[in-house]
Amino acid sequence: MLNAADLATLFLTFRVAGLATVLLLLLGTPLAWKLARSRSRWKGVINSVVALPLVLPPTVLGFYLLVLMGPAGLVGKFTQWLGIGTLPFSFGGLVVASVLYSLPFVVQPLQNAFVAMGEAPLEAAATLGAGPLDRFFSVVLPLAKPGFLTAAVLGFTHTVGEFGVVLMVGGNIPDKTRVVSVQIYNHVEALEYGQAHWLAGGLLIFSFLVLLLLYNSQQTQTLTQSLK
Amino acid sequence: MTMAQVQRIQARFRLAYRQFDLHVDLNLPASGVTVLFGHSGSGKTTLLRCIAGLERPPQGFLKIGETLWQDSENDFFLPAHQRNLGYVFQEANLFPHLTVRGNLDYAVRRLRGKDRAFSLDQAIELLAIAPLLQRLPARLSGGERQRVAIARALAASPDVLLMDEPMASLDEQRKQEFLPYLIGLHQSLQIPILYVTHSLQEVNQLADHLLVMAGGKVVVCGPLAETLTRLDGPLALDRQAASVWQGRLVSHEAEYHLSHAEFAGGSLSLPYLELPIGSPVRIRIFASDVSITLQPPEASSILNILPATIREISDMGQGQTVVQLAVGGEILLAHITEKSAMLLNLQPGMAVYAQIKGTSIVR
Repeated sequence: MLNAADLATLFLTFRVAGLATVLLLLLGTPLAWKLARSRSRWKGVINSVVALPLVLPPTVLGFYLLVLMGPAGLVGKFTQWLGIGTLPFSFGGLVVASVLYSLPFVVQPLQNAFVAMGEAPLEAAATLGAGPLDRFFSVVLPLAKPGFLTAAVLGFTHTVGEFGVVLMVGGNIPDKTRVVSVQIYNHVEALEYGQAHWLAGGLLIFSFLVLLLLYNSQQTQTLTQSLK
Repeated sequence: MTMAQVQRIQARFRLAYRQFDLHVDLNLPASGVTVLFGHSGSGKTTLLRCIAGLERPPQGFLKIGETLWQDSENDFFLPAHQRNLGYVFQEANLFPHLTVRGNLDYAVRRLRGKDRAFSLDQAIELLAIAPLLQRLPARLSGGERQRVAIARALAASPDVLLMDEPMASLDEQRKQEFLPYLIGLHQSLQIPILYVTHSLQEVNQLADHLLVMAGGKVVVCGPLAETLTRLDGPLALDRQAASVWQGRLVSHEAEYHLSHAEFAGGSLSLPYLELPIGSPVRIRIFASDVSITLQPPEASSILNILPATIREISDMGQGQTVVQLAVGGEILLAHITEKSAMLLNLQPGMAVYAQIKGTSIVR
């Protein structure tokens, strides 16, 4: 059975993932919109930066985040100036790292949805008297709903599933930065296979059910299609 | 019924584009149907989009009656959503997530207390879409979609209605079904319609005013009958060149399957028309269906022979000559061979007879 420590890691994980997903959608939507509509030559650069977490070893991302957010890093100096200390080994640091790490999983489905939608429905809305914000809520949001759903689900599950970045940035502090994936690692290191099974199996079933729900709710053939 | 007091549409645009530079300076009547005609890539859709505010030409001036929509010199540009217009797109462009009723309501909800020129019910009735209201756009035919798109544009109570090839995606039969709605629109609306097409057929059927574009520039512009028959314009020299006359049905001759109509150019026998006496008719007379004689023929199988005066003659090349005739108050084009023109020694000012072999009713 799951013990109190396991439950604490689960609770923390879902808190991180929930908050990260909200931030990802808030941040990813305008970013994806800009990328979908832009013809700037910087588009390729920004696209590549956003997609980096897809190809980089998480430890590389974690390492640089650690350096950047550390006391001597640029971000670290900034956060210290703000009076909130440094981010590594804190809940906040975990969320920031998760947002960066999961960004492509949110931006790409949204970007694809925005591109697929085209200008046409927006132009129709404009000629009917809808301003930019009105168009976003009355046309973009409903038409890109499958994209938003995919983005939210992928952003959330991917954050739940991260390991390397969390370990580098968050460390392994109980109740503070110890998330499920790290807890599983701890159990395995300690040869507590039974405990590891409870968490690992639980995560497996959870991920499967979420994906099943996602596939059944939309016609998207493959997730890779929405990631293309 | 409140009527938008719109008199003229003044539009000047300069815009560098892919294949051409759009460069126009227009002063159009703000009433009836003005057709923007040209081949694809002539800039007519771009011009329409500039008027709608969907494109922002760096140099532009646009005034609809007394309302200024763009003046780049004073850095003024009213975005599309603040312009009081209706736009019918080539592909209908309905919101797929809303029903027909939802699409119409979308426009109505954004009226913001604007004076309504006509009610939503009027638009629904005019386009006969009442049975479709609960359907989603995906479950409509192409013609139905376009009718809903027009009703939606009208529901926004626009000062001007812009239509970008609304029939282009319809097959021939659908076009014939759809056309009466467009004509009905024209007859019951007070607002000006700017209509883009590359179909000469639609020009003949719908236009009151014609603007011909090529390479981003305006070639000719003016009232339909005049513009179609101008010898310095491109249309009179086209193989499909025709004159369009508007008149009224005066009598039927059922035993011969004929109807007679009165035009400014005289009375013509037409193929029988199942319309009440007094109905307006618009006919097209192909230039190739008109021949010229110097004397009234004593016996001819041709029924429609009208006295005419030659106004202008122009060589079309390839042995063909185009003759512009004044027939009463109308203008008539005739395509004849260069040899005939020479043998008859046709000269401007000569009194002749125009024999019209065939006419077709365009509406």
